[in-house]
Amino acid sequence: MPKVLVDGQPIEVNEGENLLEACLNAGLDLPYFCWHPAMGSVGSCRQCAVVQYQSDEDTNGRIVMGCMTEVKEGARFSLETENAVQFREAIIESLMLNHPHDCPVCSEGGECHLQDMTVMVGHRDRRYTGKKNTHRNQYLGPLINHEMNRCITCYRCERFYKDYAGGKDFGAQASRDRVFFGRQTDGVLESEFSGNLVEVCPTGVFTDKPFLAHYSRKWDLQSAPSICTGCGVGCNTAPGERYGRLKRIHNRYNYDINGYFICDRGRFGAGYVNNKERIDYAGLREVDGSYSAIRHENALATAGQWLNDKRVVGIGSPRASLESNFLLKHWLGPANFSSGLSDAEGPGMKQLIKVLSTTKANVPSVRQMQSADAILILGEDVANTAPRISLALRQAVRNKSFSMAEEAGIPEWQDAAVRNLGQDELSPLIIVTSSESRLDNIASHIYSLSPDAIADFGFSLAARLDGSDIEDEMVCGVADILSQASRPLVVSGIGSFSPDILSSAAKVADSLSNLNKKAMLSLCVSESNSMGVAMLSDEHTLSLASVMEQLDDIDTLVILENDLSRRLDRSALQKLSESKVNIIALDVIENSTLNRASMVLPAASFAESEGSLVNFEGRAQRYFPVFEPARDRLPSWHWLIKLASLDNDNKLSALACFDDVVSLLADSDKKWEEIVKVAPGQTFRDRGQKIPRQTHRYSGRTAMNASVSVHEPPQPKDNETALAYSMEGLNRDQPSTLSPYVWSPGWNSNHSVQKFQSKVDGQHKNQTPGIILISSNQNGFGESVSYERTGALEANNWTLIPIACIHGSEELSSYTKEIAELSGNAFIAISEDAANALGVLDGDGLQVIGGSAEISLEVRVVDRMAEGCVGYSVGYEETLSLAPGQTVRLAKDASWIRSKPHLIATDGASEASLGESLYV
Amino acid sequence: MLSMLRTMWEIFIHLFRKAETVQYPEEMPYLAPRYRGRIVLTRDPDGEERCVACNLCAAACPVDCIALQKDAREDGTWYPEFFRINFSRCIMCGLCEEACPTYAIQLTPDFEMCEYDRQNMVYEKEHLLINGVGKYPDYNFYRVSGIQTATKDKGEAINESAPIDTKSLMP
Repeated sequence: MPKVLVDGQPIEVNEGENLLEACLNAGLDLPYFCWHPAMGSVGSCRQCAVVQYQSDEDTNGRIVMGCMTEVKEGARFSLETENAVQFREAIIESLMLNHPHDCPVCSEGGECHLQDMTVMVGHRDRRYTGKKNTHRNQYLGPLINHEMNRCITCYRCERFYKDYAGGKDFGAQASRDRVFFGRQTDGVLESEFSGNLVEVCPTGVFTDKPFLAHYSRKWDLQSAPSICTGCGVGCNTAPGERYGRLKRIHNRYNYDINGYFICDRGRFGAGYVNNKERIDYAGLREVDGSYSAIRHENALATAGQWLNDKRVVGIGSPRASLESNFLLKHWLGPANFSSGLSDAEGPGMKQLIKVLSTTKANVPSVRQMQSADAILILGEDVANTAPRISLALRQAVRNKSFSMAEEAGIPEWQDAAVRNLGQDELSPLIIVTSSESRLDNIASHIYSLSPDAIADFGFSLAARLDGSDIEDEMVCGVADILSQASRPLVVSGIGSFSPDILSSAAKVADSLSNLNKKAMLSLCVSESNSMGVAMLSDEHTLSLASVMEQLDDIDTLVILENDLSRRLDRSALQKLSESKVNIIALDVIENSTLNRASMVLPAASFAESEGSLVNFEGRAQRYFPVFEPARDRLPSWHWLIKLASLDNDNKLSALACFDDVVSLLADSDKKWEEIVKVAPGQTFRDRGQKIPRQTHRYSGRTAMNASVSVHEPPQPKDNETALAYSMEGLNRDQPSTLSPYVWSPGWNSNHSVQKFQSKVDGQHKNQTPGIILISSNQNGFGESVSYERTGALEANNWTLIPIACIHGSEELSSYTKEIAELSGNAFIAISEDAANALGVLDGDGLQVIGGSAEISLEVRVVDRMAEGCVGYSVGYEETLSLAPGQTVRLAKDASWIRSKPHLIATDGASEASLGESLYV
Repeated sequence: MLSMLRTMWEIFIHLFRKAETVQYPEEMPYLAPRYRGRIVLTRDPDGEERCVACNLCAAACPVDCIALQKDAREDGTWYPEFFRINFSRCIMCGLCEEACPTYAIQLTPDFEMCEYDRQNMVYEKEHLLINGVGKYPDYNFYRVSGIQTATKDKGEAINESAPIDTKSLMP
């Protein structure tokens, strides 16, 4: 490793990095603003100034910017020279000229990079006596609060929003010291990554609006390491709690998965944890249909009568933890267990696991996807089903400009130079989907095909790559592009509910691997634990349809955190309502399945319980309770142990703690062996102590509960995990999976994450990134393909294709007020030609007639849609009766009343109006 | 022997010294305005609550006896939804007053806070808030701060210029 001299001390640096990174890696505190580890340097804020000396004889040196200076062996720098110190202080002083006097009422305060840097350089008193510039704020939607006066014009927001995340509706305006960052007019930020502005902005210009409504300082939040339950990517999050309320979700750095950024569903979609509709107490439905909350002891006594010597069938859930699903299966036996996946999804998930365990290609982490030099997306709207992956793909298409930069000798971190050189040169991204996607604007080739045609295309492409003689121009073109790439990536998934598309993606990836490529295959799944529950399924596992068929032979049904109205069709639901079966439902929030249940047990949400989730790559990760479940709530795994012991199941009633459940799971099958290594057990201690969930400056301990009793209760004990509900202990050298929050002396903002990394933007010092549970045998998918194709459709007959929406399609997040506001109406998406033919405009109503369903939906005219297809918004209450692949007829709904456009609040509308916002 | 006699003499002449005993509570001692006694929350000169719920007092408190939750008024200005001091834990160190950026929390020259029931030592905002400015008659945080309020538009705070028109083409 090269060495440079900093203030006479030799420090080891990595080849090609810049001086700012080198200093941070060496543990030196050099202030900065515009540089970001994921976004590189532009040298605009001038804050990381250091003095560079030409030679040993040079005593004056010259001021250079740390972030723009490449380190070279033997170079000499000084951070502490008078010149450099004065320069940096003067920069802060000038950045602060217009800064308003509002830290006490700023929700960035206490985790503000500007505060940290100001203290670091020692600037204290304002000397400038002129007037301060002011700005009008904008309404940016229900998620982001705007307070433009606090801006220091580092341009990070614009660089993230436009350059990194590909947003179009946000940017810098005006000139010189009047620069303004915002939208052209007031309105909801369009990008699904807008929430990252909260963390990217070094000051309080962009802050978390729902958090602001019930604000607490960072030091007052009790946090625990958690995993996002919004989709199957498994981003790491750090939720914060105070006064029994989940206050906010922050990104938790994971080198392999989310890095520094998460999507808005992940950041804002957990508000349902505070929803009034949460289940607090056990409840029992009387014979007359009345429902009342009862003591859980009484509930369990009744449940005992329903379980002993009866046929009990359990329905698991792709949104419940792996351990809960496993306990359900283990207790009732494989033949009495259903995975709880819908019948459209179940076969697809089975196929998906088969693909992952045979593929010749690598299954990449999100970080590895960023290295792809050609990408083929087959039938998956990644931006909506796995948003974090789409952000990685946006970086991957820049590999063309990175290779151009390398040729020109420009380091990758020279962001402005690399972008200037690259201009619009992007690596090929070929999108083959049925409808438009948010990635269309960076795609080199876009094809709109029906799901069947996508599978056909995939198979032909694989055949062509294998050397077959195929005439099709489109297939040949795509095959040429992929065969020229050295790290091609195929992305597909369960989003179109078509196992054939998965097979075709597997074939393409295998063919690419045969061509000696480092091919990658990534398959998106729909829910946070779809993969886990699918891996638990075996040949005995019942499908939901067979459970419904056998309903008359079943005495008791145990439904684990699953709203069956989202997975069953209407006739099956009707049958369930009418049957005499006793239903014991465990769930976190009121839903229509609970209305059919005979008994409801209150389950703890992800923020109040522990569990493992398996993400799209088969990576198991653990989440930990942020706070104790209130009232009668218990984690589902705990309820299941109680139920099992009523059923005289001695094996399960012997389980004393969560670690026992994990060990039992590990012993149950070879594929789960590694699960114990996902996170340290509850006996883990760092220097003899548990890891604290609270910061060392957690305030109000002797006053928080004093209104109830002046006698302080002891801190709650956590017997299940290695974390403590306390401020005692150290948050420093533990494995990354036990890292509840980031803080380091002098670094109160989330930039302190660099103190936990082995190097800037590198792995965690004590990296435990989860355990990959699926390993491929590399034999290749190799299945001969036989499938049926639906023939041509009659006139005005359309094939329904599912369209996922980042806000609205996911079940639990849609119980969050802000997300519900953003998700808008359920819709039917049609192409412009179809709209003309049907005589409708955007916003009109269309009757959708097919099978038992006849509903009216709002029309959304989309830029592209495969021939003969119409899309419908998946997961919305109105569209639950529609099924993917169904054939429907459409007719204009003459009685449709167009909904009014959303009202947009202006600058005058204040933050108070969001007081009654979601976290109620 | 000599020391015993000396001690007796010393005690004897004390008979003629002036007594230091103060007849409290009939006779109240003088306490300086900056004496650190019972904590109050003050109002600004316009009669609004000064506390902006910034949480700095709670963070500064060495015995963690202050707990509060931020809420906001119609116009977006912050105030505490609840503000609780557990005086049975308070050590009257005054760090909260030093930390307060708005002069809201102040210690007063009053130490008469005995209670038979310790629960009565828990003061909520209604017990803490006084109708006055306390030791600092002039300061109003929102007049200085660059935040918009119901009575003060952007650019109307002390030392601020009018909001920038970002659409202007003037250099």
